[in-house]
Amino acid sequence: MAFEKDFNLDATELRLGLPGTSDEQASTTLRIGNKRALPDMNEDSSVAAAKKCDQETAPPTKAQVVGWPPIRSYRKNNLQTKKTEVETCGMYVKVSMDGAPYLRKIDLKMYKGYPELLKAMEDMFKFKVGKYSEREGYNGSEFVPTYEDKDGDWMLVGDVPWEMFVNSCKKLRIMKGSEARGLGCVV
Amino acid sequence: MNYFPDEVLEHVFDFITSHKDRNSVSLVCKSWYKIEKYSRQRVFIGNCYSISPERLIARFPGLKSLTLKGKPHFADFNLVPDDWGGFLYPWIKAMARSRIGLEELRLKRMVVSDESLELLSKSFPNFKSLVLVSCEGFTTDGLAAVAANCRLLRELDLQENEVEDHRGHWLSCFPENCTSLVLLNFACLKGEINLASLERLVARSPNLKSLRLNRAVPFDTLQRLLMRAPQLVDLGTGSYVHDPYSEAYNKLKAAIQSCNSIRSLSGFLEVAPRCMSAVYPVCENLTFLNLSYAAGLQSIELTKLIQYCRKLQRLWILDCIGDKGLGVVASTCKELQELRVFPSDPFDAGNAAVTEEGLVLVSAGCPKLNSLLYFCQQMTNAALITVAKNCTNFIRFRLCILDPIKPDPVTNQPLDEGFGAIVRSCKGLKRLSLSGLLTDQVFYYIGMHAKQLEMLSIAFAGDSDKGMLYVLNGCKKLRKLEIRDCPFGDAALLEDMGKYETMRSLWMSSCEVTLGACKTLAKKMPSLNVEIINESEQTEFNLEDRQKVDKMYLYRTVVGHRKDAPEFVWLL
Repeated sequence: MAFEKDFNLDATELRLGLPGTSDEQASTTLRIGNKRALPDMNEDSSVAAAKKCDQETAPPTKAQVVGWPPIRSYRKNNLQTKKTEVETCGMYVKVSMDGAPYLRKIDLKMYKGYPELLKAMEDMFKFKVGKYSEREGYNGSEFVPTYEDKDGDWMLVGDVPWEMFVNSCKKLRIMKGSEARGLGCVV
Repeated sequence: MNYFPDEVLEHVFDFITSHKDRNSVSLVCKSWYKIEKYSRQRVFIGNCYSISPERLIARFPGLKSLTLKGKPHFADFNLVPDDWGGFLYPWIKAMARSRIGLEELRLKRMVVSDESLELLSKSFPNFKSLVLVSCEGFTTDGLAAVAANCRLLRELDLQENEVEDHRGHWLSCFPENCTSLVLLNFACLKGEINLASLERLVARSPNLKSLRLNRAVPFDTLQRLLMRAPQLVDLGTGSYVHDPYSEAYNKLKAAIQSCNSIRSLSGFLEVAPRCMSAVYPVCENLTFLNLSYAAGLQSIELTKLIQYCRKLQRLWILDCIGDKGLGVVASTCKELQELRVFPSDPFDAGNAAVTEEGLVLVSAGCPKLNSLLYFCQQMTNAALITVAKNCTNFIRFRLCILDPIKPDPVTNQPLDEGFGAIVRSCKGLKRLSLSGLLTDQVFYYIGMHAKQLEMLSIAFAGDSDKGMLYVLNGCKKLRKLEIRDCPFGDAALLEDMGKYETMRSLWMSSCEVTLGACKTLAKKMPSLNVEIINESEQTEFNLEDRQKVDKMYLYRTVVGHRKDAPEFVWLL
């Protein structure tokens, strides 16, 4: 998906075997991943290549490594953390937007990834996010999607793999204007 | 021995049960071969493509118990695409046609269709035991066929399979006159269960020793089941959530207290921590405790429980137990032989709650420890050296540092010396999995010292072909070698091609091996199948010999190329 490429989600998103991800989706991403990998195998940031040259940039995060850690996919798919024990009831989180008169609630379980979630939020509050990059956050809009995680910290939406986000997101907040700058928003 | 009639020899051979020994017996002379052939009942096939069903049946016509393994081990971690192979159906079809008196079937990583289960259930009137581990391709309809048609069924053991749920009330398909069940494990099923049928089934199964429930079985059903089956030896709870101040909870407490044969406990797929105290009376006699799916239990509850488990021999647990919790294991479980610590948050290494400290504590407190699977945040050489000193009996040592190339965080050195100490000290080591930052040196140590090693798993390790060569040359008993993301290439692959005939299989993915080298190997060694898994759009003819292959899997076989390979598998 072109949109996924722009989002540069491949840099952070785990490719396979995430809890809750359908097998179909998983194997599709594998094929996409390998197709891209083959033509530029030498330039691909495979960990083996990174290891060989010490001068290389820091090895890619675990998030990029297919099939690691070596846990059976059954176990990965079935280990329910405490946070998802309310799975059957959906995972509703509050969504607030700076300046809006009231909050909304959305069910995170309804979405398969960041693009869908952000589109839903955009539709709900009638705004547009900027373009996401790992380095600069959201570029080009005064609205920045953020969330409060289980530790109580306010984080930028999109940094961590989707499943990790769903499991740690307590509420969403669309920050606006100058307050958003602190989170790496480049307006 | 020639003076004995065949029946006497046969009777003698009855006492020889290990596969290796029976294989040796058949090599002594023609008459022993013949007698052994017709009296052999149990056959183990570690790679289903190493032989064909027809040849198996011709070789051992008296076959009663078959164990088959299909996909390569790395398929567990999604490195092997769907439809790769490992189909059960041809085996059932052939055995049915030849009227084999099959009684037991044990499968691992095979594709099991409902059709094959149905055919199985109708073709073998004496069928008693079905064990499926990490299999896929079947639904509850297939289970219904097994339940309905296998009149003498004793064991139905479903371990970690992906089963599609068709809500067909398969449990109700066990006929009312089926009273032979000894083991029933359906913990991996995701769907609803007809609870009334389950209760009736358990009530009419006086020999039931092992019962593992799925998530859909609630707390009060558990209580009623335990009342009906106080003779249980192995219990896997389903959902274990209730109000600890309720009447139902008290009833469960009472029920558990009447189950004084329970030696093995698992499940707690959903768990209310405050209900765990009901289980304490069972703990003092437990030999196996599996809480590796009990994500709802925190370290405090885990350690409280473990403090009662003085006789524990095997413990499977999540890393939220923490290093301190492992300290409690060390001081309580003096009989511990096997420990498996799984990550509760596999993709977030920063949160992994166990480090080298927990492992060192266990090694110091549990001298009988011989089998380890340990997912941790970090490991040091010093810790591994200490572990090696404390526990010399390791048969299986699998260490997984969640960050795959992490060095010793204290010294910033690779972990060569630590693993070197393990292989030097544990002379009986049969299985080893490495992780962390590792150079060729660790392979030098492995080749030098791991003389009993049969299976080795390597990822993101080594510097050059020398690493792989140390292993191939030194580990004489090596049967399975699986490598991913290591800089081993053609020179290592081709140096000793005959070696692969002494092994079951070799897997290499994301290494430096080229298509040309694989072709060379395939050409020179007709007794090996060399398979390339290629998921790009390129065909065999577009890819040049000097290009690297993404995934290569080779294995010895007596039946040549398999006929069921999908498009993306190239048989060289």
